[in-house]
Amino acid sequence: MNAPGAVYNYIEPQLPPHIARKPLLKIVFGDFLSATLTIVAIAIILSILPVLNWALINAHWNVASPAECQDGGACWAFIRAKARLIMFGLYPPGEQWRAVAVILLILAMILASLSPRLWNAKLLAVWATAIGVMLILMGGGIAGLRFVPTSKWGGLPVTLLLAVLSLGLAFPLAVLLALGRRSPLPVIRSISVAVIELVRGLPLVGLLFVAAILLPLLLPAGWTIDKLGRTLAALTIFAAAYLAEVIRGGLQGLDDGQIEAAEALGIPYWKMIWHIVLPQAIQNVIPPLTNTAIVMVKNTSLVLIVGVFDMLSAARSATTDPAWPAPSTEAYMFVALIYFLICFGISLYSRHLELKVSARAHG
Amino acid sequence: MLKTILATAAVGACLTTTALAQTTLDTVIERGRLICGASQGTPGFGAPDDDGYWRGLDVETCRAVAVAVLDDKDAVDFVPLSGQQRIPALQTGEIDILPRTLTWTLQRDGNGINFTTPNYYEFTGFMMPKSLEITKVEDMVGASVCVQTGSTTELVVNDTSTKNGLDLQPVVFDNTTAARQAFFSGRCDALITDAGALASVRATMADNPDDYVIFPATPYMDALTPAVRHGDDQWMDIVTWSIQALIAAEAFGITQDNIDSFAETEDPRIRRFLGLDPGNGSALGLSEDFAYRIVKALGNYGEMFDRNVGGGSPLKLERGRNALFSDGGLMFPLAFQ
Amino acid sequence: MFSSLWYSARLRAWAAQAALVAGVVLFVSWIAGNTATNLAERGIRTGFDYLWRPARFPISESVVTYNPSDSFFWAYVVGLANTLWLSVIAIVLATVLGLFVGLARRSSHPFLSRLAGIYVTTLRNIPLIVQLLCWYGVATSLFPAPREALQPLPGLYLSIRGVYAPSLTLAPTGAFFLMSCTLLFIAAMVAAWRYPRPSSIRRPWLLFITTAAWAVVSVALFKALGTPVGLEFPELKGLNFRGGTTLSPEFAAIILGLTIYTSAFVGEIIRGGIEAVNKGQWEGARALGLSERRIMFKVVLPQALRIIVPPLTTQYLSTVKNTTLAVAVGYPELGLVVNTVINQTGQAIESIMVMLGVFLTISLSVAVFMNWYNARVALVVR
Repeated sequence: MNAPGAVYNYIEPQLPPHIARKPLLKIVFGDFLSATLTIVAIAIILSILPVLNWALINAHWNVASPAECQDGGACWAFIRAKARLIMFGLYPPGEQWRAVAVILLILAMILASLSPRLWNAKLLAVWATAIGVMLILMGGGIAGLRFVPTSKWGGLPVTLLLAVLSLGLAFPLAVLLALGRRSPLPVIRSISVAVIELVRGLPLVGLLFVAAILLPLLLPAGWTIDKLGRTLAALTIFAAAYLAEVIRGGLQGLDDGQIEAAEALGIPYWKMIWHIVLPQAIQNVIPPLTNTAIVMVKNTSLVLIVGVFDMLSAARSATTDPAWPAPSTEAYMFVALIYFLICFGISLYSRHLELKVSARAHG
Repeated sequence: MLKTILATAAVGACLTTTALAQTTLDTVIERGRLICGASQGTPGFGAPDDDGYWRGLDVETCRAVAVAVLDDKDAVDFVPLSGQQRIPALQTGEIDILPRTLTWTLQRDGNGINFTTPNYYEFTGFMMPKSLEITKVEDMVGASVCVQTGSTTELVVNDTSTKNGLDLQPVVFDNTTAARQAFFSGRCDALITDAGALASVRATMADNPDDYVIFPATPYMDALTPAVRHGDDQWMDIVTWSIQALIAAEAFGITQDNIDSFAETEDPRIRRFLGLDPGNGSALGLSEDFAYRIVKALGNYGEMFDRNVGGGSPLKLERGRNALFSDGGLMFPLAFQ
Repeated sequence: MFSSLWYSARLRAWAAQAALVAGVVLFVSWIAGNTATNLAERGIRTGFDYLWRPARFPISESVVTYNPSDSFFWAYVVGLANTLWLSVIAIVLATVLGLFVGLARRSSHPFLSRLAGIYVTTLRNIPLIVQLLCWYGVATSLFPAPREALQPLPGLYLSIRGVYAPSLTLAPTGAFFLMSCTLLFIAAMVAAWRYPRPSSIRRPWLLFITTAAWAVVSVALFKALGTPVGLEFPELKGLNFRGGTTLSPEFAAIILGLTIYTSAFVGEIIRGGIEAVNKGQWEGARALGLSERRIMFKVVLPQALRIIVPPLTTQYLSTVKNTTLAVAVGYPELGLVVNTVINQTGQAIESIMVMLGVFLTISLSVAVFMNWYNARVALVVR
């Protein structure tokens, strides 16, 4: 088609253009938009400065008397003075080592179960024993320990116990509900759906009201479960409904061939669930599972509304001491910090697990 | 349809539970502990001290019942309850007795609660900073008032406001602590609750108690009365007469220290009161000397008042209407016979 | 023969289901029976007659009018209205803020993306109720007492009792004035956009001219009607400010807390949605020479929306449920009203049923809407 004698301008083969790393100044003040954004960012940082000034520079860390906290800055000395009350509530001071032991035991157990390689039936048994030991330590009444009624439990051990127990008890329930929702049997499926959707449709505060105020009216006279137990029940049911949806997601992601192969081999249903279905389903949903765990740790703080003496209620009651001038912000910040450490820890761990799982899947 | 199911189920459940149902007295004896509803902390009336030991007038009312039934003033567990939980907790059997500052009202009496006998008479009051220079309700036009739910004070705010055309602005909290903190932080001009509790709050939570003034919100007096659940008459009698024993002891001039000197008394009423002549205890299902043991363990009402809220306490409240009738008060001992 | 029955999968399935149904029925009737016995034995009133009795308790603030002589039923309605009011405001604000946070996290700007990252991580890992109590502490300690209230602008007062601002007062002709102004404005805008503009005038100028014309007409109308709309300034009378509009510390704390908390989650959802859009879309749009901003708003966001909407609805729903935490700072939403009603009537079962019923209705209607939406979007994709 081309006219004879035409000159073809072949383009020389080239390397892809070199992506120059933009100098920082250019990114930050390169054009109108980024300059505006930089100014906005700097303005935000500057507006935080007075807070830092209040929290760090003007703050009182150590005072001889509460009156020294009168001027402006944050009164962290208040936290020092009230640390015992916030951490352990009304727990008898003489028996405090037991509450400390419970916290340490929970931390030790969590550290011990970090590695997924250890996740097996034995670990479950160890957890069950450990929780039993914790409850005995807190409650006493046997083995020479003084009896401490749950109305005196308080602070961080209650928060941790509520979180660990509600998640632990909810998990098997959630597995049942999730399997039920995927079941081919219509009755089982509709009951599971009804339970899950009912609980997920309600605010946790509503469930806590039911547990704290209504539950005793629904049980026969003479059956009394104490308030802590009732709030734990509400938290457990709530966690179960949300976990069930997460696990259902994992089940849906599972290849049908896995189940068909297991059935063809004649593996009994529950063995198949335990050894084949659950391990794979859970591996698929580690991020949402840990998310739910974080949500539940945060949710334990709602028990304040029904008057359970968790860490937050303890902090609130610590602020009523008239000797200290208006320290409520400091107290809540301290509690916020503890929650942050726990929840952020869980999310870091989740990220680590995810990487490990994907590394194994690809490598 | 639903109703029939409910009714059938109810009949079925009745058959099983009536066999199991126990009187409160049996339950308490079997448990070995009395469970008592406590406030979330009103020093003088009911609050744990630094060692977690509960003290206060209402708390000691519970201790008196524990002495009468279990012969141990420390065989009591206190369950802190918020305003809205206290009545359901009593109705559902979570607690055996609710001594904390509960006003005797018809609506409560008619709805699953039985009141025993008043242990404190008080008006509902307002507390305001002196700097506002207001000392009577009529001047409170436009004031904002911190109120806690779960009490009769909500109704008082409304009634007072309407009656005097004050246009009060209520700020309602679900929690005692929150309402008090809001008041001291300046969120409201006034705090409303019964005047005894106001005195307690002023004495324990204010930077300087002298900066605050308390005055009545209504011309009406409230009878703060320990309550028990509806449907157990024996238990109601036990609580009523345990409180009465405190008042009667004061009327008889019996105190914790001098009670043993009455062992030889000839006065037939005092002899019956102390159980020297039998009959009173067994009528209630208690041991004969229950009144003796109460006074021996806790003293009489006057001593209790003085120790917790009167001259012997930081609250320094006057006896006023809580004095014996013979001293011009409203405390009136019933006949121990 | 029996053994074949025993091993029949269908029979076993039906037997298991029948047993489950029987169990559920037994359990429910057991609960109902207990409740009936307990209520009868303890002489607790039942039924919903109380709904029509006067409530007599005060509600500190409400979006619909309430008077203590109104019925308990109306008190519930007031609580529900406050709940919905809170939810709508928090959701709108959180979505706007969340969009900024999500875009900031995606931005190539180093400071901004890092700031947004810190914002999201911090807020998501602290319980909402702790944040609420913190904000309430700030709201009631930052500003002075009403008599020493700060006045940054005339008619605007900041005090511990809240923020007081002037409010609009409408004369009888006020509604007419506002409505005609709005209609005129819409008409002017439509005209400016639709009317084939003379090529000599550029569009911004045209817009400016129409707006100016509208303003002149509006002012004339304002004069003609004789000040149909006025401003009412708050005034310090006695102990407190009167008149104007108020933003109470309780409302401020719950709105601030809910908005900021929710925005962190919304931001993450939006970021997730944007990241889920195929990279080829960006590359394709760049190849066409579109600017980055246009790519984001015209190409990527519309596609991300399909991924964003379902989790966003879930987040909105939990925001509605989270309004119940307002109990902790004393804002009278449905939960606090229910609390008060329980105290005043002693009818805990009925009151809690009302609360649960309301939230279930909201949740289920949103679920129904979501199913409809998902079905619609799925069709569009094909």
